[in-house]
Formats: sequence, C-alpha cells, structure tokens
Amino acid sequence: MTDTDAAERNHPVTMLVNGVHRSAEIPARRLLSDFLRHDLGLTGTHVGCEHGVCGACTVLVDGRPIRSCLQFAVTLDGAQVTTIEGCTRADGELGSVQQAFQDCHGLQCGFCTPGFVTTITAFLDENPDPTEDEAREAIAGNLCRCTGYQNIVASVLRAAELANGSAGQEST
Amino acid sequence: MSGTRVFGEPIARREDPRLLSGHGRYVDDIGQGALEVAFVRSPHAHARIAGIDVTDALDVEGLAAIYTHEDLTGRMAEPLPLLIPHAALTHGRTQFALAKDEVNHVGEPIVMVVARDRYVAEDACDRIRVEYEFLPPVVGIEAARAAEHLVHDDVPGNVAAHMVQEVGDAPAAIAAAPNVVTLELEIERSASMPLEGKGVHARWDADDRSLRVYTSTQASTSVRAAIAAKLELAVDRVDVVAPDVGGGFGVKIVHPWPEELLIPWTAIRLGHEVKWTEDRREHFVSSAHERGQVQRIRAGFDDDGRLLGFEIVLWHDNGAYTPYGIIVPIVTTTQLLGPYKPGAYRAEFYSLYTNTLIVTPYRGAGRPQGCFAMERTMDAIAERLGLDRTVVRERNFIQPDEMPYDHGLIFQDGRPLIYDSGDYPAALEKLKKLVGWDEFEEYRAAARAEGRRVGIGMACYVEGTGVGPYEGGFVRVEPDGTVVVATGLTTQGQGHQTVFAQVVAEELGVPIDRVVVTTGDTRRFKYAVGTFASRAAVMSGNAVALAARKVREKALRVAGEALEADPRDLEIVDGMVQVKGTPGADIPLSTVAVLSNPLRYAFDEEAKRATQFSAPADPDKPPVADDDEPGLEGTDYYSPPRSTFANGMHAAIVETDPETAEITILRYCVVHDCGTLINPRIVEGQIHGGVAQGVGGALYERMVYDEAGQLQNASFMDFLMPYATEVPVIETDHLETPSPLNPLGLKGAGEAGVIPGSAVLASAIEDAEGFRISRMPISPSELHHLRESQPPPGSGLRDTGRTGSVPATGGQEATNEEVTGT
Repeated sequence: MTDTDAAERNHPVTMLVNGVHRSAEIPARRLLSDFLRHDLGLTGTHVGCEHGVCGACTVLVDGRPIRSCLQFAVTLDGAQVTTIEGCTRADGELGSVQQAFQDCHGLQCGFCTPGFVTTITAFLDENPDPTEDEAREAIAGNLCRCTGYQNIVASVLRAAELANGSAGQEST
Repeated sequence: MSGTRVFGEPIARREDPRLLSGHGRYVDDIGQGALEVAFVRSPHAHARIAGIDVTDALDVEGLAAIYTHEDLTGRMAEPLPLLIPHAALTHGRTQFALAKDEVNHVGEPIVMVVARDRYVAEDACDRIRVEYEFLPPVVGIEAARAAEHLVHDDVPGNVAAHMVQEVGDAPAAIAAAPNVVTLELEIERSASMPLEGKGVHARWDADDRSLRVYTSTQASTSVRAAIAAKLELAVDRVDVVAPDVGGGFGVKIVHPWPEELLIPWTAIRLGHEVKWTEDRREHFVSSAHERGQVQRIRAGFDDDGRLLGFEIVLWHDNGAYTPYGIIVPIVTTTQLLGPYKPGAYRAEFYSLYTNTLIVTPYRGAGRPQGCFAMERTMDAIAERLGLDRTVVRERNFIQPDEMPYDHGLIFQDGRPLIYDSGDYPAALEKLKKLVGWDEFEEYRAAARAEGRRVGIGMACYVEGTGVGPYEGGFVRVEPDGTVVVATGLTTQGQGHQTVFAQVVAEELGVPIDRVVVTTGDTRRFKYAVGTFASRAAVMSGNAVALAARKVREKALRVAGEALEADPRDLEIVDGMVQVKGTPGADIPLSTVAVLSNPLRYAFDEEAKRATQFSAPADPDKPPVADDDEPGLEGTDYYSPPRSTFANGMHAAIVETDPETAEITILRYCVVHDCGTLINPRIVEGQIHGGVAQGVGGALYERMVYDEAGQLQNASFMDFLMPYATEVPVIETDHLETPSPLNPLGLKGAGEAGVIPGSAVLASAIEDAEGFRISRMPISPSELHHLRESQPPPGSGLRDTGRTGSVPATGGQEATNEEVTGT
C-alpha cells in the first residue's frame, strides 16, 4: 500500500526551461512531463503512452532528447530543459524544424509532433546534413498514427535545408 | 477570381503554426485547476461484483469523492444508450456508466475516484477492494460460437445479431457454376489507437446553471444531446466542445463513453471543475477495438473468371456490448463487393458477444475485412484459371457506362447501395503502370537469380463515403472583413481549418487568410452528425459552400444597392465587390457587412456607416425586409440522397527472406479516386496515414487475449504499431471522377488508404511464397510455420510465376479447401 504522506512530501526543484528560470516545490514522484505540463503550464509537451515508447513527450535536457514521462522532475534540479515551446525563434516565429513540418505537411493531429520536433532538433545538431535513410532512422523511435511518416522524413530533410540556409536564428 | 484561387491547391495548413509551437489545446491542456478522476476497473473478464469496500481509501489526503453504481440516480443509473438500433440486432446490450452487479470485460469501470490530482486519485483506487465471484469468460469467436458459456445470461448462443442480405439466388448460381472456390479467412483484432487517448473536462456554472464539457470526441453535438438526456438537463444548458483532438480513427465516434457522462455529473455534484485523462493502458482495455472476423466464402465463376455467384458467411466478434450496433458487419457485407459485379450475392453474418472489449468502427470500419474477402477470392479465381490477377479483376469490373450502378442492397446509411461514379478500368491501368505490373516477371527472375524471393500483389476497393443524414455550415462576414465559418462536425487532424477555409474563400471571393473556421463546438453550431465514414469533406465541405453561396448572394444584393448596379453585373474579387469590367466601381465586402446590419448606435467608425442618418435607404421600405435578416451571414445544410463512392487500387511488391521469413515491403503503390480534390496535399497525407495503418494491420498489429480474457499486449511495448522504419515509401497517383451527387463533386478520402492493406500484402506474400495466405496479420514466425506445413518442394510448392496449383494451407485456422463445382 502506498505511503501517501511520504509520496506527497514536497521537494524544491529549479530548472532553466526554455531559457527561463523556473522553481517549484513538488512531490518526488512528479514526472517531468507532468511537471512541465501541469506545474509550469507548458502543455505543448504531450503524453502518449506513459511508458517511454511513443516519444510524444520527448524534451531536450541539456540538449539531449529524453522521454519526460520516464523521468522524475526532482532528478533534474539545475538542468536546462527545452520543450516544443522553446523550439521557436527568438522573434516567436516558427523555428526551422517547425517550419519544415508546415512546409512538408509533416503533421496531422499534431499530438505526436512536439516529440518529433525536439528529437529532430537534437538530431540535426549532431548531423546537420543527413541522408534520407539517416533522416528515417533518426525518427524511428517516435510513433505517429496519422502521417505514415512519409512527410516527417521529408520534414527532417527540409529542416536541415532551412537550418543550413539560416544558421544562428534558433533561440535554442 | 484568380487572385483568390485556393480551391484545389496544395496550400500549407493554417492550423500548423499553432500546433507546431506547442499552442494546441487538447483536452488535458484545459482546466489546470480541475479535480482529476481515476477509475477502479475490472481486472477480470467476467465476474459478479459481490462487494466494494472503499474504507481504506477514505483517509487518502486530497480525496474529493468516491462513487459506485449505487450513487447513480435517475437515468444515470440506467444502461448507456444503444446508438444505432437495427431490426437485426435482436439482442443489443450496453454497459452501465459504472458497473452494476456484473462485469463483462477487463477494463470495465466499477468505481470512480475524484481527487486533487491523478496521482492521489490512483492512490485511492489502490486502496479500494472489490470482491468478485468469477464467471466463465467467453473469449474468441470459436468460444462464442460454441456457446458453452454465455456472456449475457439472456442472450442465447451469444448471438447479438443475425442478418442476411441477398440479391438473386447465390447458392443456386454457385451450384450451377463451372468453377467454384471456397475460402476460409480470418482477420484479427486491432484498434484505432490514436496517440491522444480519450479525455473529458467539465465545468458547471452554478449561477448560470450551465455546463460546458470539453471532450476528445468525433461527435460533439451528439455528446451534448446524450449528456442533456442522461443528466436530465435542458439541452440549451449544455455545451460540448471538441478542442484539438489527437487523432480519432473511429474510436472517438462512440459516445457517450461512461466518462463523458460521469465527469460532468460529478462536476455538478462537487461544484468544481473535474477532468479525466485516459492513460494508455485504459485506452487498450476500456475504449474499443475492431477488425476481428472469421469468414467462409464460396464463389462460383465461369471459365473466363467472371463471378456468377458469391456467398459469404461471417462471424463478427462484437465484444461485450453493442453500443454502436452492427455497423461494422453491415459495412463488411455491403462493401466487400468492391468495384465488381458479384452475380447473385448472399451475405450472412452473426455478430457475437465475447468477454472482451467492445468492437466499434476503426478507420475502414469493416471494409478492410470485406476487401480481404473479395480480393482473396479474386486471387483464388485467377489461380484456378491460370489467369493474370489483373485480368480477372478487369473482367468483373463495373464499367464506367454502367454508372450509377445499383447493387440491390441496403447500405449502412439505410439507403440503397448505388455507386454514383467511378472509372475502375482507368484506375487499374494507372496502377499497372505505376507499379510496373507487366514487367514484374523480369524483376522476379532477376531477384531469383540472386537468391531472393519476391512477390507482387494488388487489391481494389470501393468505399462508400459521405453518408448522411446531413451537416450544416455557417458563414458570416464581420464588419472588419473577417469571414467566420462554423460547422458542427469535429476535427482530429484532417486539416478542416484549412480545407473548409479553401472552400469558403473560393465561393465568396475573399483571401483565405481572412477566413477563420471553427469545428465541433456546439456554441458555434448546434446541428451536426459527426466525423466518421470519410464524410467530413463531402458533408461539411458542401454545407459551408452552400452557406457561402447564400452570403455571396446577399452581398451582391446589398452591394448592388450601394453601387446602384444590377447584382448580376457584380463579382467579388479579393474581398472587393466590383462591377465586372468597370474599374473603380467597387465596395469592400467588410463595408457590405456593415451595411447589412442597419444600426441605431455607432460604436466605431465602421458602425457609423450603418446608422439611420448615414446609410442610404429607401424611405418607403423597412430597413430589414420581411424576407431578410440583419447581418451578412448565412446558414445552410447539405443532405445527400445517399452516399458517394470513392475507389482505389493498391499494389505492393514484397520480399520474403528464404531463411528468416522476414517480410519486407519493397514498393507500395496507390491509385486513388476521391472525386474533386480540395487540397491534394491533405488528401495525400490521409492516404499515407491510412496505408501505414494498413501495413500495421497486415504485418504487426493484433490484440492478444488469453483464454481468461486478459489482454496480453496492452502497451506500446507489446502492441506493435509501425514506426518510420516499418512503413515503405508510398507512391501515389490520383484519378478524379467528380461525384454527381453534390455541388463540389467531392468524395471522401479519410479511410481509403487503410482498406486494402491486408488484402494487397496477403496477395503479394502469397505470390512470393506460392501458397495461400488466409489469415492476417502475418508475422515472420507465422509465415515460417506456414512454410513448414506445406508439402515438400516438387509436390506443389512453387516459386515461379502464377501458374500451377496453389496447395491449401493446413492448420485449424484455415483449411482453404478448393473444390471444383459440378
């Protein structure tokens, strides 16, 4: 039986989320996904399976993609976190990965999309000029039920093209 | 109207910037201060509830309320509605919002817990003890047919429905045919599985005595009606909004879900906003599945391969309850006809109860199973006669000059099954070219020389789309020139904010960026049916077009008075009403909107123009004529006489590994005809998504129940949906035969891509392997076992061409005996 009192004892946590310092007192069991969505109100991060398989909840922690539904928020005290809201440009316009998705019709219902955008953002940091096969492999850990992935693969390539043409405009 | 030409163009979606920047608004994004709900759900497939003890849960800090069926009163205590009654559904049964006395599948809700947040609600659920008396579970079609045990005591034989439709005397036609094939086929369960599960948020305004409910539904107007009825509220006190919805694919057309009633019910009782967000395991065990069928087919045909008679008996597993009636097997038995003339036809189905999750439409809604039945038969006929598979199909096609074609059956909308249009021979030609059908044998030979085993397959379908009864559209030009559009049906990713804006921009002659579309919000449009059966573009597309035409007519009339011109000489270009061929003689549509609403009071500069001392007016006429209304707005409805019929054909080339039996799709080609295209890019996206689900259904996805009725793979770890690496590159080509049934010539596109998936891949795998494929999905290990069960090489197993005989697949699940008729 769960010890409710212990579970609900709060702990302070501070993170740099999309460039902004955010602090909160939260229970140890609060998942990063719930912390971002419900404590910070950043509802752009979506939860599709709660067991780390679908990738919809992917956010960047210190630049690396992680599944926020598998991580307790208190374990990330002091971390830098980038969510889909932080993938826009400094002027608020769509970032290159986001723009690529619109250009290529890479989304339909949009629920899985934030996880793809963050995953691709991290991927293109490591591999700015991928082949089509590399692009497909890069998104092979994220589930989408709407698009059949055709246009997401195209979006990866388009994002690389956009980023290479406008380097330095990303706020992230 | 060249300046505003957007209809038919592959423009980028207008909803994307919002969704891409994290500013979508899905149900769980709403109501951050809401209390949250978790359920105690049955862990058993079939049991009596002997007792519920909530004592231990009561001292959980943050608990707000616990409810069981005993707490429900009035109509909330009654079973949920049976949404689609049918005379053949003699034993329809629906569940209670919270189980009363008995549970009939794992996942059925028994206790509702409301608490500060979901974590606390689940803590309380963990402390609730339910005592069960076990009953024998009925799992699978075989057990349901055997009826050794019953799901519902008062449903003999577990038969919910038994239905026969026939045209002519099929048994006699088959008996008299020179050739007969018999097939036994099976398709397993899968599910819609949208990435966003269900969710409900309810807010009761006690002062106003009004309720606003957000729900991830495909049918907000009907949810509204259901909530009002069940909660015994006046309909006008209830509004239901489908906000951004993270995919539907059919499962969210079912309503009211228990949660859609319970969440508003408890929000009213607690005087606090309440929400419930379904988790993935809940979605697996307490939403809905589809597809599972066992089919027995007999087809008689002449020596050219033309069907003389076709008979199918199918057993459909409807799960524990029948809230959505028998739509799925009705669709299977009417849509399996595809583009063909079947000769005499007889379809009989049994819809059977099992102690498993309910079965309701999933994209395709019975069509993939029907397509599988007919296309497997076409391949069997080709095999029997040694004919090319495309030739057999072509010989059975309904020809373009036979349209409209009446099958003599009743479709799922209760209307005659009459195909409106289509050019199947042209589509087949396109497909053969696209995939290189006639060159495949060279490719096969070259592959064989490298030790590779490849096969090609194809399948055709016809899809009834745009079923009635109606949808409506509302269009209003605001005084600032914004064009507000609303329709009642809902959106789950189909890009309605773009395509309906394209329709209205074109009809009205305004720039598309001035058009704002709202869907699925009963505050904005109260009459609607819902989004299903590939009907949104057909129904609401035409409805908003008709509404825009009304607005255009009024705009020309009002502008004609202002410009002192005959309305017939006016046109609207880029939001300006102008006299054709007379530059300068024009008036902005925004001004026409102002003039359309005679005002007494000016609240801004624009409004001033419509006040009584400013606006030009005939002093002898009332400011608003008897047959007119204030405002530049219009509402209209589109209600078709019957469905439109889209069609398409898919072909695939597969490679099967001789050692590991791994199945790889090398090419996947689609030719598709959904009439006039509003936005080709969005249509293509729909096809892509459908094909991916078709591939999933053919090679990966199945719901694995054990004999106790436990779903063994209720997670994304174990239920295998395709990732990017499992979906092949999809090559598409379009054909456009506009529907004569509606003003825009549209047919639906939503389900098209998924329908032939299992049929086309079974065809290709069969071609590669040389033995009959009768059961889908097929995994490498199943293919390996099929290989093992074949007669040794030299006694029939062939890996060349499509001549010679195909040996039957052994095993209990598929006998596939072929018999030659007398």
